[in-house]
Amino acid sequence: MPKINVQINGKRYTTEKEVSILKFCQEIGVEIPTLCFHPDIKFHANCKLCVVEIEGWPRLNPACAIKLQEGMKIQTDTDRVHRTRRMILQYVFGEHVTDCKDCLRSNNCKLRKYAKQYKVEKPIFKPRKKNRPLYTCGNTITFDTRKCIECRNCIDVCRKQGIGFINLERKGYRSTVKPHDEPKNDCIYCGQCINHCPVGAIHSRKEFDCVMDEIKNKDKIVVCQIAPSIRVSIGEEFGIPHGQIMTGQLVAGVKKLGFDKVFDVQTGADFTTIEEAKEFVDRLQNNKILPMFTTCCPAWYKYVEQKHPELIPNCTTARSPNMMNGAIIKEYYSKLINVPREKICVVAVMPCTAKKFEVERRELDIDGVPPVDYVITTRELAHMMRLSRIDLSKINEENFDSPIGESTGASAIYGASGGVMESALRTAYFLATGKELKDVNFKQVRGSLKGIKRATVEIEGTELRVAVVNGLGNTEEIIAEIKQDPEAYHYIEVMTCPGGCIAGGGQPLPVNDEIRKKRAEALYQIDTKKKIRVAHQNPEVKKVYQDFFDKSPGLAHRILHTHYEPRSKSEVEMYTCPIMKKFTKKNSNL
Amino acid sequence: MDIIRKITKANLCGRGGAAFPTAKKWKMVKEAKGEKKYVIANGSEGEPGVFKDTYIVEKYPEKLIKGVLLAMEAVGAQNAYLYLRADLYEKHKKNLREIIQEKILRQAQNDTIKITVFREDGKYLNGEETTLLNSIERKRSEPRYKPPYPTECGLWGCPTLVNNVETFYQVAQIADDNYKNQRFYSISGKVQNEGVFELEVDLTVDQVLKKTKNYPERAFFVQTGGGAHGFIYTKDECKNALLQGAGALVVHDYQEDPLEILKFWTEFFLLRNCGQCIPCREGFYRINQLLKQDEIDYELIKEILYVMADASYCGLGQFAPEGYLDFIKKILKR
Ligand code: SF4
Ligand code: SF4
Ligand code: SF4
Ligand code: SF4
Ligand code: FES
Repeated sequence: MPKINVQINGKRYTTEKEVSILKFCQEIGVEIPTLCFHPDIKFHANCKLCVVEIEGWPRLNPACAIKLQEGMKIQTDTDRVHRTRRMILQYVFGEHVTDCKDCLRSNNCKLRKYAKQYKVEKPIFKPRKKNRPLYTCGNTITFDTRKCIECRNCIDVCRKQGIGFINLERKGYRSTVKPHDEPKNDCIYCGQCINHCPVGAIHSRKEFDCVMDEIKNKDKIVVCQIAPSIRVSIGEEFGIPHGQIMTGQLVAGVKKLGFDKVFDVQTGADFTTIEEAKEFVDRLQNNKILPMFTTCCPAWYKYVEQKHPELIPNCTTARSPNMMNGAIIKEYYSKLINVPREKICVVAVMPCTAKKFEVERRELDIDGVPPVDYVITTRELAHMMRLSRIDLSKINEENFDSPIGESTGASAIYGASGGVMESALRTAYFLATGKELKDVNFKQVRGSLKGIKRATVEIEGTELRVAVVNGLGNTEEIIAEIKQDPEAYHYIEVMTCPGGCIAGGGQPLPVNDEIRKKRAEALYQIDTKKKIRVAHQNPEVKKVYQDFFDKSPGLAHRILHTHYEPRSKSEVEMYTCPIMKKFTKKNSNL
Repeated sequence: MDIIRKITKANLCGRGGAAFPTAKKWKMVKEAKGEKKYVIANGSEGEPGVFKDTYIVEKYPEKLIKGVLLAMEAVGAQNAYLYLRADLYEKHKKNLREIIQEKILRQAQNDTIKITVFREDGKYLNGEETTLLNSIERKRSEPRYKPPYPTECGLWGCPTLVNNVETFYQVAQIADDNYKNQRFYSISGKVQNEGVFELEVDLTVDQVLKKTKNYPERAFFVQTGGGAHGFIYTKDECKNALLQGAGALVVHDYQEDPLEILKFWTEFFLLRNCGQCIPCREGFYRINQLLKQDEIDYELIKEILYVMADASYCGLGQFAPEGYLDFIKKILKR
């Protein structure tokens, strides 16, 4: 590699890296403001906030788009640069309705930070988009075109997810980013567009205010259940470094919010592992339909239903951990404490926006009672805590409540790409052989950066071919492979969000590859620190099977499994006044 | 002598406005690696005061096609496009196709060569070369980020030569040893003798006006560039100002309401920019708003224009402010 000599703000640097000016400046600690740039996608260079001066170049140039070149002399903070940045910020405030209350960016808003930094707190232009409409897709994802600055990040990530649901219509100052009209093209609610929008113009259904009302309701037992990946990400919302394990603090914070009980979805994940491994071993030993797909990810199985209904028989019928946990709370725990299930309200904290769609799937109800009543995202939970002045960086740890609080290492890793596969393999090995694995680690399926991970695993002489799809945009490749050769794989995991749930659509922002890696590493740490690392050895889970499921045959299948159906496009609602459209639970027992 | 050397000798520069040395561009495409290459004649002429390409397509279609064929041979392209503004396309497609048929049959021994007459599906901005590429690929009509330049990565990712219609005409002239160091000037506005004129290159504005019997009697000023883009010269400046670029001249007199001129430009750009980048999209939107006010804030408009010129993504936003700033300074004296 040839060396590149550059000067930045008068200081000399030598590097071998062929990177953009922006990336290099970030590495050496020179701050450059950005809006449209996100490392997950190719630069657009359309906001022009990141412009810098390069000696000898006639114009200002976007640092996100230009690569370092030998001899470049770059100035990042001259008057000329500031003049442009100030005007750009004025333009942005002129097209972005600053509706900051409950904005998902309100905790780390770049816009407000830059406004302060560049002294553009007083807007000079009237907001020009305040009469533009909002679009809500399937009651889950909302595009607030009043806030959009047309950076196009959402369009690109959605395409990268293999969906292409977001469209750019019209030209010039009239251009609008909005959901696709095409009847075959539908959103899967993964929320990746939300994570890549710099200005909070896309958000998921807000349910935290309903939850706050429920907590106040004295007639109800309000239970919170927390997904695996939340504990390694929520700290970020309170200024704690990436990849810190915050389990105890998180539980304490949730209790402080006033929830009656706090349960762990990791326990549910152990149930899922067991049910899924049983199904897999059954399919394998009795020559039933293979490959089997995991369905913990609701965005993925929605995709199957709308795009590949022919693969429905390949999907495991085991419910997601969230739904199993909810079912166990309402069916088993309610009996244990002798409270009618209608009096229990289950609130799930999820890393995922598609989970908000999952709770609306009525086929998951048990005798008309939904297993989970509300789904809030990690961001929503942190927002509630901030509103109640709870700071997780200053709180004493507490434990999950029993009897749904114990979990194994196998369940922790559900939050990372490859984790579901690994957990299931650990248990499937036991179910197929009656023996425990000597080494429970399946490192081939780990890693948050590779799009597809393929591995072969031996169970007692049978060679299993497995694949892990990391990011929905990579599934078509695998689907094409199995169409070519139906025996190519035995078992396939699909996670819609690149990296898995640790980088889901409801997680703290920003998200990038480095952060994905740190969050995933923290989950694997939890796994290695646990004494029990296989799902089928979870004592709480064993007890539920013994006391409950084993006593009434068919019950486990009824409340821990589900089915899928071909699906047509969900409704896209268009409206102009967001206040009129506060979310209300239509179909619940509440 | 091979054609590229001939062009080098003739010192021919692109006639679309940017005046890039033609031989250099051809060499770049010739030397670029790629299995497939393309040649495109840009006939999307969209500035209100430029109409010389229209004239050439009408009068000298054979020369145009000859130039394109020469380019294809020189750079090693099997495929070419005549990219024409919709009205030009409708009017001349039949004729052009006939000439192509005949020429290819006569000149080329193999039948793998193809020239497509293509109808522009957008407006104005499609004249920008990367927008034109997107438009042929049926993508959104808007510029691509450069680099990479079309010469290495153009149509469908292949090395592509994009030249203005007039450039190809002049190449044909060079090949026929007919090139007389001339160019086409489009003259319009407050003149007696509007039209297209073929005269020597590098004339001053005065010379062009006089040679075409267009020198106004009343006080006047001109815009070079094409009627939306382009510098403004006052009567005095016209003596020394060279008329280059696309060779267009729009003559104004002081009888016109200057605000109307500004509004005309603003509306023109507002409806034609792609909206991709903030400095241009928001800039024109705000200028349009500001011009509607009773008390016009020219300081703010100037600030908007500086930022637009300094930070826009493509030539539209980068060069549009030139005319405005000149106009505000020289005519409005602000
Ligand atoms: S992104 Fe959200 S928090 Fe930031 S200024 Fe806009 S509305 Fe306010
Ligand atoms: S939620 Fe996912 S599928 Fe839906 S628009 Fe956003 S990125 Fe696309
Ligand atoms: S919705 Fe957000 S991500 Fe999408 S274009 Fe608008 S500002 Fe960008
Ligand atoms: S400068 Fe104007 S026309 Fe060019 S890319 Fe930007 S918005 Fe589009
Ligand atoms: S961040 Fe570089 S142009 Fe937007």
